Amino acid sequence: MENLPQLVPLVVFIPLVGMIINLLWGARLGEQWAGWIGSGAAILSFLVSFLLLTYLTGSNYQSVVVNPPFLDGWLSIGSINLEIPWQQRVDTLSVTMMLVVTGVGSLIHIYAIGYMHGDERFPRFFAFLNMFLVFMLILVTGNNFLMMFVGWEGVGLCSYLLIGFWFDKAKGVGWKNSLAARKAMILNRIGDFGMLMGIFLIFWTFGTLDYYKPGEIANVEYQEHLVAQLTGEHGEAAAPAEGEHGATTTEGEAAAPAAEGEHTEAPVAEGEHGEAAAPAAEGEHAVGPAIPEYVNNDHIATDQLGVFGKAQRMLEDGAEVNFGVVSLPIETVLVLITLFLLLGATGKSAQIPLFVWLPDAMAGPTPVSALIHAATMVTAGVYMMVRSNVLYHNAETTSLVVALIGATTALAAGYIAIGQWDIKRVLAYSTISQLGFMVAAVGIGAYGAAMFHLVTHAFFKALLFLGSGSVIHGVEHGHHDVSHGHDHHHDHDFDPQDMRNMGGLRNKMPITFLTYLVGTLALAGIWPFAGFWSKDEILADAWLSNTAGGYVVLAMLVIAAAFTAFYMWRQIEMVFFGKPRTEAAEHAHESTPAMLWPLVILAFFALLAGFYNVPANAGPFTIFGFFEWLFGGAHSFTVFLEPSVAYAHAGEFQGGIAAVALILALGAILLARRVYGDNKSVTADNTDPLYVNPATRQIWSLANARLYWDETYNRLLEQPFNAIGNFLAHTLDWTFWHDYVHEKVVGRGFNALGDLLSSPVDLGIIDGIVNGLGRLVSWLAGGLRRIQTGYVRTYAITLLLGVVLVIIILLLPMLQSGS
Amino acid sequence: MFQVPTIADLNLGLTLPALSLALGACVLLLLDLFVPRERKEITAWLAMAGIAVSFVLNLAGFNESGTAFLGTFAADQFTGFLNIVILITAFLGVLLSLDYLKRAKIERGEYYVLLLLSAAGMMFMSSANDLIVVFIALELLSIPLYIMATFRAPDLKSEESGMKYFILGAFAGAFFVYGAALVYGATGTTNLPEIFAAVNGIIAAGGSQMFLLLMGTGLILVGLGFKVAVVPFHMWTPDVYEGAPTPVTAFMSVGAKAGGFAGLLRIMVVALPVFVLKDGQTAAAWQQTFWLVAAATLILGNIVAIAQTNVKRMLAYSSIAHAGYIMMAVAAAGTAGVANEATRAALLYLMAYMFTNLGAFGIALAIEKDDGSDTGVDNFIGLAKSKPALAAMMTVFMLSLTGIPLTGGFVGKWFVFKSALDAGLVPLAIIGVLTSVISAFYYVRIIVNMYLKDGEGDPAAGATRYVNWAIYVAFAGTLLMGIFPWIATNLSDTVVLAVEMFVR
Repeated sequence: MENLPQLVPLVVFIPLVGMIINLLWGARLGEQWAGWIGSGAAILSFLVSFLLLTYLTGSNYQSVVVNPPFLDGWLSIGSINLEIPWQQRVDTLSVTMMLVVTGVGSLIHIYAIGYMHGDERFPRFFAFLNMFLVFMLILVTGNNFLMMFVGWEGVGLCSYLLIGFWFDKAKGVGWKNSLAARKAMILNRIGDFGMLMGIFLIFWTFGTLDYYKPGEIANVEYQEHLVAQLTGEHGEAAAPAEGEHGATTTEGEAAAPAAEGEHTEAPVAEGEHGEAAAPAAEGEHAVGPAIPEYVNNDHIATDQLGVFGKAQRMLEDGAEVNFGVVSLPIETVLVLITLFLLLGATGKSAQIPLFVWLPDAMAGPTPVSALIHAATMVTAGVYMMVRSNVLYHNAETTSLVVALIGATTALAAGYIAIGQWDIKRVLAYSTISQLGFMVAAVGIGAYGAAMFHLVTHAFFKALLFLGSGSVIHGVEHGHHDVSHGHDHHHDHDFDPQDMRNMGGLRNKMPITFLTYLVGTLALAGIWPFAGFWSKDEILADAWLSNTAGGYVVLAMLVIAAAFTAFYMWRQIEMVFFGKPRTEAAEHAHESTPAMLWPLVILAFFALLAGFYNVPANAGPFTIFGFFEWLFGGAHSFTVFLEPSVAYAHAGEFQGGIAAVALILALGAILLARRVYGDNKSVTADNTDPLYVNPATRQIWSLANARLYWDETYNRLLEQPFNAIGNFLAHTLDWTFWHDYVHEKVVGRGFNALGDLLSSPVDLGIIDGIVNGLGRLVSWLAGGLRRIQTGYVRTYAITLLLGVVLVIIILLLPMLQSGS
Repeated sequence: MFQVPTIADLNLGLTLPALSLALGACVLLLLDLFVPRERKEITAWLAMAGIAVSFVLNLAGFNESGTAFLGTFAADQFTGFLNIVILITAFLGVLLSLDYLKRAKIERGEYYVLLLLSAAGMMFMSSANDLIVVFIALELLSIPLYIMATFRAPDLKSEESGMKYFILGAFAGAFFVYGAALVYGATGTTNLPEIFAAVNGIIAAGGSQMFLLLMGTGLILVGLGFKVAVVPFHMWTPDVYEGAPTPVTAFMSVGAKAGGFAGLLRIMVVALPVFVLKDGQTAAAWQQTFWLVAAATLILGNIVAIAQTNVKRMLAYSSIAHAGYIMMAVAAAGTAGVANEATRAALLYLMAYMFTNLGAFGIALAIEKDDGSDTGVDNFIGLAKSKPALAAMMTVFMLSLTGIPLTGGFVGKWFVFKSALDAGLVPLAIIGVLTSVISAFYYVRIIVNMYLKDGEGDPAAGATRYVNWAIYVAFAGTLLMGIFPWIATNLSDTVVLAVEMFVR
């Protein structure tokens, strides 16, 4: 049992093998094998993750740091004291993420077998999906920021590759896909800058990148409580259980008395804890989870602590960080670090100001949208911030910024979603909006709620995306059937994703419809679906934060929640209700089982997942405690997270807010039904009823125009950037540098210089000199010929003159010196 | 009282190389009587054998130092090195002459005897340790050359050439004797080391003795400067070089210079290195004059060479210019501490010049017609087509004369310029470099004529077997010195002519 965490490298390794197989031999294996190898890898990885979960439940949720074989000294430079091990971390937070990634990932893999059927690069798609799993799992299992960054970049690469997967589609679509991929890449680069700066600052400040060193306790409060509870339960019988360690290092392996002060004397020598550290329980071995030896980290020297432990220690000491010229207090440094990390999160998790890539990313195949751009990768930013909760908790300024960014994003994206026609685009903005909820939750310190919403959102948003994929698939096939049957191409620009081309699919695709409805209700936050619980948790925590910022965030999120319900129901009306508006919709039919089974399973979780974190004392909402009883206690998920997330407090249930939010959501659905119901979801001139109504035209147009956000960027950044690029490339480089400097100055100058050198200088001066020299020589020769008469007497006279000259020259200095 | 020296006092062993050659010449004179008129090459072979014997003796005694003939004759590495140059010159001179004399129909045995005597004079010059010996060697060197220059008689040009050379040579010789007398008047001795010892006293005394010594130095420069053909004592050179039979020109252009510079270096470096006007100066009193002479020689020689259309005249001015470069080294030797280095530079330059110049004259001789015509620069046009090997070698000789790397000429120039710079004669070095550039003008013109100009090309009928051998040796020597300069520098590194210098 205690060796189970050793399996964690497999979580990464299995998809890696799947990827390699599909990359190298995928084309030869054929579609069926390639698909099932990819999916099988994901499923196996999920099973390993599940085993890790069983380990955690069986060992008081004690975190474990694992050194995978062969990767010990990953980055180790002794001379500069750089030591970054490749370590994987098994704790409740990472296991949660692993389960989500591999669980949802497995379903989406299976779904993709059906969805990608017939694609010419089918094996490559699965190789990329597996590659994504590899990097995502490195991201979530790593025990340091650098491994997180490796995963961070890796998933970015996969995202890029998969958004542009259909880069070769005809009619300019492929080009559009490529542009979308590029956009995602570039915007994420901006975020990566923040990420890197944050990591550099962390390393500078703390001298390490490890979250926690092996043996360190993440949540001291929880640990104290746990130990008190265990010792209370067992009395004097508390006993060590494990004497064996191996490569696994649990945080607090052996039993120890809870009393503070005593544990510090306990020898740390491995293998001896048992006897030495548990004087009260000598010899007795109780069955059951071990009682952790340590309740806090006081026994660890400061420079042996990981980033978070050290941050807390430094905060207690009021330490200053020296940056050469300036010294900043640790609080300020934390604000800087967290702000930089936030920039990274806004890129990866599509928050203001970097969110604009995510809607375009829907150009990728729908399973990609579901897996990467809804369920997992985009939540990496949230995961990162929750992982760094110690830093964010202690950086109040940043927290406020985070909360406001999240809430604003939630509101703005929710609003924009109202005005979209593309079924996936609506979901994309919805995703941005929901990510905004999570980020806002982080900002108000509700780390547990953020993770909770992350998990539930993963289920229902994956469900919705897969559902939309099923719809698109159906409509596409319907369109294909129609154009095939009629033997003429009546509409070249038919867009199977445009909701105006749908309608009445409820009867054509019943299973898709039902599951989509579940996802919609969950997303809208209707009781008792998963979204209700997770969203309410965030709202309650916002209320409980009891600050002005918290109230503002609460107000914005409540409105955003109403928007959510509204645009989702608008979508339901447009896609499934009413009459089919095109022949394609008319001929649409239900998807294959490979695509439907994941929908069903996800719908099951979208309904159920929320119950795992029902609040206590929620009165009628939990049917007076029934759900608590049924699902093993209130806030069980938050409690589950507590050992690894130091500040994962569960807020008290706020009945009033839950009621208001629920009423608003229901009201929004009813409103949407009034506006879009009864066959009037799309007007005769193919536009939105809100646009037709003059009272709401402006509002809808603004949403349809996406708040002009992309245009603003285009105007403010892209155009100036292009203008600068244009200026640099054309004006400066081409016109000035090439045309002017090269052609005119250098070229002509060179020619002129050449002319000058050749004509006046060479012909004139040099040749002149040479000619002149020639003339001089001939003159000399003439003169010499006169001297060189051939007459010996001339020569003799010359010789004599020379003698005189030589004598004079010799004697001159002597005469001058007067001697 | 005057002691009658015994034969052992003469140290004849040290004089063997020079003495054997002189004796060989005398023996050859007798033997030649028995050589039939149509088989005079036998005399040539005998001459070459004599040279070879001398060469071997010279190498055997290369590292033996000492004085002979009661201190008037010095044997050291300087002598050894110069003897190598002189003997190779003589050897190649004989080779070049063999067929030339035949086709010019001037083949007589005395020619080789004279050549050997002249070479012996040069060798005595390189060993001279006394002003009187210098003068005797000078005459021994010169008089056979006068005769050889007129050897083509009754060709007017040849007769004129020899006559001019003789009259002017006698004139210059008189100056040398006068100079030697003045030096004797100042120092009371003609022995070079003794002059050196007396110089300190003269500097201390100053006045008329100093005046005498300065005059003497100047007149010695005139006498020897005439032999090596430096401006302004060069006037005879083009006329004599052009008029003399080409092998004679080749021999005297190298040999006379080697002898003359040997005398100059001996006198200036051994006897007068510390001859300064005032205490504390580091440059000898004669240095300034020497460098002015060198500069004038470089400028005039190189510039006037451009105007020449006859390759022999061109090479005459070229040889004047090269005398300027060697003069540069001699001038550099006037600076305290640089004398040995400058001497070695001069020796190396002489050796490089010897190979290159003999080669160049060899090729000029090869294209010359039997009557001595067709020695114009234009006669080289198209030679690359008719005689590619000769043209290629001529190219190397021209490049070497210019001082292009990988040729001996470069090595010589390198050391000369270096010694000039070490001696602080920066302007002279600059003039040297600039005139080298100018010299490319007329050297490259030959190459251009051979390769780039259209023409049938001379058949080079004169390139007979022995001539070719001589050219090959010269060519090999030029390249060897250029590519493996250390062969020559190792040889010259042992040369220590100057006595321990001291600056007072």
